[in-house]
Amino acid sequence: MSAKLGQQLTAMLMPLVGVLCFLFIWSLSASQIETSLGKFPGPGAVVTQVGNLYNEHVSERGKEEAFYQRQEKRNAERLAKDPSYVVKVRAYTGKETFVDQIATSLITVLAGFLLAAVLAIPLGIAIGLSKALNSAINPMIQIFKPVSPLAWLPLVTMVVSAVYVSNDPLFAKSFINSMITVTLCCLWPMIIQTSVGVASLNSDWINVSRVLRLPALTHVRKIVLPATIPAIFTGMRTSLGIAWMVLIAAEMLAQNPGLGKFVWDEFQNGSSQSLSRIMTAVFVIGLIGYMLDRGMLLLQRWLSWDKASASR
Amino acid sequence: MKHSWKKIHKHVCQAVLAASVALTSLSAMAKADKIELGYPEKEELKFGFIKLTDMAPIAIAYEKGFFEDEGLYVTIEAQANWKVLLDGVIDGRLDGAHMLAGQPIAATIGYGTEAEIITPFSMDLNGNGITVSNDIWRQMKVNIPKMADGRPVHPIKADALKPVVEKYADEGKPFNMGMVFPVSTHNYELRYWLAAGGIHPGYYAPHKGDTSGQLDAEVLLSVTPPPQMPATMEAGTIYGYCVGEPWNQQAVFKGIGVPVVTDYEIWKDNPEKVFGITKQFAEKYPNTTIRLTRALIRAAKWLDENNNANRPEAVKILAQSNYVGADAEVIANSMTGTFEYEKGDKREVPDFNVFFRYNATYPYYSDAIWYLTQMRRWGQIDSDKPDSWYMDVAKKVYRPDIYEKAAQSLIDEKLMSSSDFPTLANEDGFRDPQTHFIDGIVYDGTKPNEYINKFSIGLKAGDKI
Repeated sequence: MSAKLGQQLTAMLMPLVGVLCFLFIWSLSASQIETSLGKFPGPGAVVTQVGNLYNEHVSERGKEEAFYQRQEKRNAERLAKDPSYVVKVRAYTGKETFVDQIATSLITVLAGFLLAAVLAIPLGIAIGLSKALNSAINPMIQIFKPVSPLAWLPLVTMVVSAVYVSNDPLFAKSFINSMITVTLCCLWPMIIQTSVGVASLNSDWINVSRVLRLPALTHVRKIVLPATIPAIFTGMRTSLGIAWMVLIAAEMLAQNPGLGKFVWDEFQNGSSQSLSRIMTAVFVIGLIGYMLDRGMLLLQRWLSWDKASASR
Repeated sequence: MKHSWKKIHKHVCQAVLAASVALTSLSAMAKADKIELGYPEKEELKFGFIKLTDMAPIAIAYEKGFFEDEGLYVTIEAQANWKVLLDGVIDGRLDGAHMLAGQPIAATIGYGTEAEIITPFSMDLNGNGITVSNDIWRQMKVNIPKMADGRPVHPIKADALKPVVEKYADEGKPFNMGMVFPVSTHNYELRYWLAAGGIHPGYYAPHKGDTSGQLDAEVLLSVTPPPQMPATMEAGTIYGYCVGEPWNQQAVFKGIGVPVVTDYEIWKDNPEKVFGITKQFAEKYPNTTIRLTRALIRAAKWLDENNNANRPEAVKILAQSNYVGADAEVIANSMTGTFEYEKGDKREVPDFNVFFRYNATYPYYSDAIWYLTQMRRWGQIDSDKPDSWYMDVAKKVYRPDIYEKAAQSLIDEKLMSSSDFPTLANEDGFRDPQTHFIDGIVYDGTKPNEYINKFSIGLKAGDKI
């Protein structure tokens, strides 16, 4: 009994010890590193910046409100002068705060990820079901899989600017660029995992399906999909992790809105606060990546076929 | 036969009638323009800029509500480097941008990326400096005469750098310096300063595919984006650079380098950045174009008003992380009329940044032609061109007609007074011959070829690489 309690205590204490050790080493080494922008930021500086960034967000929201009030007044004046004028409310044009940047990055990564899932999962199933299709597509997958999506970025940017032409675009070009880059890197792990999952389907189930003479679509829906869900989710989890890393780098390179741009702008600012703001962003990026991964894991557990059968 | 003659006669009559109707309606429109400007055709705009203090008119026009007064809802976005910014304007991601004066000109003549970009507004005068690393400064300093108090005599010429460059050459080491873009003011200023001191900065030979600009060079110049200059010099990749503020003062604050000369000392009141838009944008959205020019003119005036009284407030705005973002004290160093050379050696340079005085905002043809002469001098324009060619290009790119309309409407609406634009009434687009160059050579914008032939270093009439 006491041994078990001891184990539980260790399990609870050890992470805390680890974090405390990390904070200690960090603050000690930070105070030793002298950069041309001042000392390397320690934990204290990061905490201060969290406060600053939040305050900036709040004050920017205040400005936003004033902007809409001014706009309303201006619109009313114009309407009085020109009754045929169709009143139009324009979105706030001020700067994106740190919180806005987080939201932008999250939306972009999820949009790119979902687009990839819509493309990759059916393709993966098709490849897994048909040996011929597999050997036809496999060379391309093998060649494109190791390419960093950042190498695609210049091509994506140029193609999007040439193809996506519209006077009143639904999405900003920068959003489309980032999203496609994310999609490109999500595609391969999902295709491969899904096809492997489908190919290693239990032969008994396939035989059952044959005996029942299930039509192809029903075969996929009733037999293949439920059985490959764990494999699909493994692929999705891997690709979401990669996608989050790649997105930040793509935003830095292409100056697309998001956390990556925040980091790059701060680096360019070169003010005495820049390093601690970048350090704050590093932690936020890490935390969000961790939460995305946990979220996918929870979803996988919830949807997994095996667990459902076991609990029944 | 007779019949057809009649027909032609009738057609001619109709055409003349139609033309006269069109003309009268056009002149009526022109008159209407003077009385009241139309609403902007495009209200939501996105402007790009590079993190430099001379983007101030855009930030001020936004923060002081001048854009909104024109019914324009503007988003302002920092860009990674000059190339990304130029591409953004060309492909329409940006509606307009803070640009190097050389960019619209080079784009129009097809050097680098080809596109028709125009400018109705010149953003500022002066504002750049040349900085060298501490180590190079130590070696240069022995060649510079001292004042009574022991401080070096300014302006410092490149003569002081020449022995250092020669020493590096003797040791077989390349002497690298940075500038921000091949057609940037900074490239031409750095080259001007070096050449005036007898150091050859190298030629371009685009017709042979050589765009490095390092043929025959004694000093190798390469491109580094402005905000990265101090870090690149700190890393030892370059020994010095020419860049706009605050990246010279930043080197002083960081203790990694010493600005040796400002562009004010190389050419007093030289034209700097411009505001660039595509020709297509100006044609499609004429009211928007005039209105954004009006907002920028008002912002420039605000910046220089009451003997720079608003500059401290401008510094605070520029220090925001979404604009220049450097520490306010670094920005203030140059924006409030002083400049710190070596640490502790702070001197008065009241005109370091000029945004409105001395007709700073007027897009002079002669400014465009100066840039063209330098492009020819260093081989970016590979063959001789007649004087008329220089004039034609300048007229295509620089658009004082738009500026004048904007200025006149501001006067008409009593937002500004005609005394703000003393030369507007009879402006021919040429500044008087400029005499304040560090090498004493006089520049007359009406005679570009004669000017090019005055330099001892650089391509002259008939020269070809």
